[in-house]
Amino acid sequence: MGIEQKAGNMGAVTLKLEQAVNWARTNAMWPMLFGLACCAIEMMSAQASDYDLSRFGMELMRASPRQSDLMIVAGRVSRKMAPVLRRLYDQMPDPKWVISMGDCASCGGVFNNYAIVQGVDEVVPVDVYVAGCPPRPEALIHGIMTLHEKVRGEQIKDWA
Amino acid sequence: MDAHLQAATQAIQERFAGQVSEFRDQISLIVAPQQIVEVCRALKDDFGFDMLSGETAVDYWPAQEPRFHLVYLLYSLQHNLRLTVRVPLNGNSPSLPTLESVYPSANWHEREIWDMFGVRFEGHSDLRRILMPADWEGHPLRKDYPLGYEEVQFSFNYDEIDARKPYAKE
Repeated sequence: MGIEQKAGNMGAVTLKLEQAVNWARTNAMWPMLFGLACCAIEMMSAQASDYDLSRFGMELMRASPRQSDLMIVAGRVSRKMAPVLRRLYDQMPDPKWVISMGDCASCGGVFNNYAIVQGVDEVVPVDVYVAGCPPRPEALIHGIMTLHEKVRGEQIKDWA
Repeated sequence: MDAHLQAATQAIQERFAGQVSEFRDQISLIVAPQQIVEVCRALKDDFGFDMLSGETAVDYWPAQEPRFHLVYLLYSLQHNLRLTVRVPLNGNSPSLPTLESVYPSANWHEREIWDMFGVRFEGHSDLRRILMPADWEGHPLRKDYPLGYEEVQFSFNYDEIDARKPYAKE
């Protein structure tokens, strides 16, 4: 039995391995269930029925870092939380990406003081920054789409 | 002033030579640091102030001497009365007896005051930091503690700050 019979009228698709893998990665990205402050409320809103992140294959918020490949840092990170954040990042399996959601996570926001990390990029490598205080769900979704764009452009020689 | 509160403040004044101040119907007793345990025990046992609803501190540096005031907020459930006890404390490493023996809930409050103001409580069962990381230096709510302000990046100084900003590695 050949592939033609299995696939029926859909036909066979040929493409590069790179494209196939990147397509799979972007369309089933599992974010980690990790909210730190008010941005987490907008993140929950983005997942709920109004904005519906599941359209992008992202409805599965994993409560364990070992099952997720996207970390959305939603909120201000205190200096006491920073080692915890880094440990969670280290526990995530490769490939993994980080979205810094909101002003506080991106640059400290209005909390320019001793207790808050001035930009979470001091702790984990950030792929996409989303501006806003807090960003609307649309902004977060736009950030995720931007990340998808980035992932689609990744090359096979950089994976190893 | 409520009659019961009047009796309580009067008793403390007579027994412990405390001062009374009144501001917008709120009564504060000012007592010496070494007397705080006895004062609170008397207020709890004899006058029914059975709840420590809050314990905190204020740093008046550099305006006032003594620089710290410890503030004990007492509440009487049966009389529905509130009473504030204040203890002025001097010096940069002040200490006073713990209130744990009278109100066990003082434990965490006193840990927080130690963490934020550096006020040492003698006889406290577990005097560790409660909010800041364990290896933190200094006590952040003191008025002479630096804010830790970091320069904000604008377009004119973006590159300069970006060059010395620590970025995380993969």
